[in-house]
Amino acid sequence: MNKEQAMQLRRLSSIHFALVELNLFLDTHPDNGEALKMFNSYKAKYEALLRAYEQNYGPITTMGTMGNTTWDWIKGPWPWEPLKESIK
Amino acid sequence: MWQYEKKLQYPVNIKNCNPKLAQIIISQYGGPDGELAASLRYLSQRFSMPYNELKGLLTDIGTEELAHLEMIGAIVYQLTKNLTEEEIKTSGFDAYFVDHTTGIYPAAASGTPFTAAYIQSKGDVLTDLHENLAAEQKARTTYDNILRFCDDPDVADPIKFLRQREIVHYQRFGEGLRLATDRLDSKNFYAFNPSFDKCGK
Repeated sequence: MNKEQAMQLRRLSSIHFALVELNLFLDTHPDNGEALKMFNSYKAKYEALLRAYEQNYGPITTMGTMGNTTWDWIKGPWPWEPLKESIK
Repeated sequence: MWQYEKKLQYPVNIKNCNPKLAQIIISQYGGPDGELAASLRYLSQRFSMPYNELKGLLTDIGTEELAHLEMIGAIVYQLTKNLTEEEIKTSGFDAYFVDHTTGIYPAAASGTPFTAAYIQSKGDVLTDLHENLAAEQKARTTYDNILRFCDDPDVADPIKFLRQREIVHYQRFGEGLRLATDRLDSKNFYAFNPSFDKCGK
């Protein structure tokens, strides 16, 4: 994983975390319009970033696999592997 | 990380409650060869797995096991819905009921609570894959035993689906073992091979 990919992944993860926080808040405040608006706005951002990330670097879920000849899902590095080791 | 999908892998729709059967089926929730043990086993072992095929397989089967855990929870929940006091007393469900009411608790059919002692994660690819092959067969046997007590097709149907998945997982783990042994030194096939200590690096 190069530096650019690591940065893109960090961005994707941080926006996803905002969605997780809003998700929990909305579970107990299902009619909060402001939170709902924020969720929808982050969702749109996330979807666009996810599409770009998967196109450039590979799938985040199996639904994002793109290979026609090989199953790119199993390609490393896996999330539990330290970054240093993967930069080659 | 994980994302929840708001659907069962295979439908569970049980019309008639049967607390006796629920007390047997709970074993696949928190028993020695249950779905919780399966998931924790694979999701823990994957960290030390060499080869992307095996990292992927352990991640994906470990994830599917969580979907099976949810199905077992749904089966037990539906089997114990709207119980009468009489049914609780006569079915033998009273022993479970006194501690958990109709809550879903990870325990074996015998009542023994779930323990991580049911699983192993040894940090050795051959050891772990052999454990998993055995675990899938043990779970398959447990489903066979559960089916002996299932006279309700609403219950037998999803249980048969889960039994089939054990067989598929066994097949995939066998292929995983084959992939690993193919990369071993042919002089000590199936045995501890020092070359594995290097292959993660």
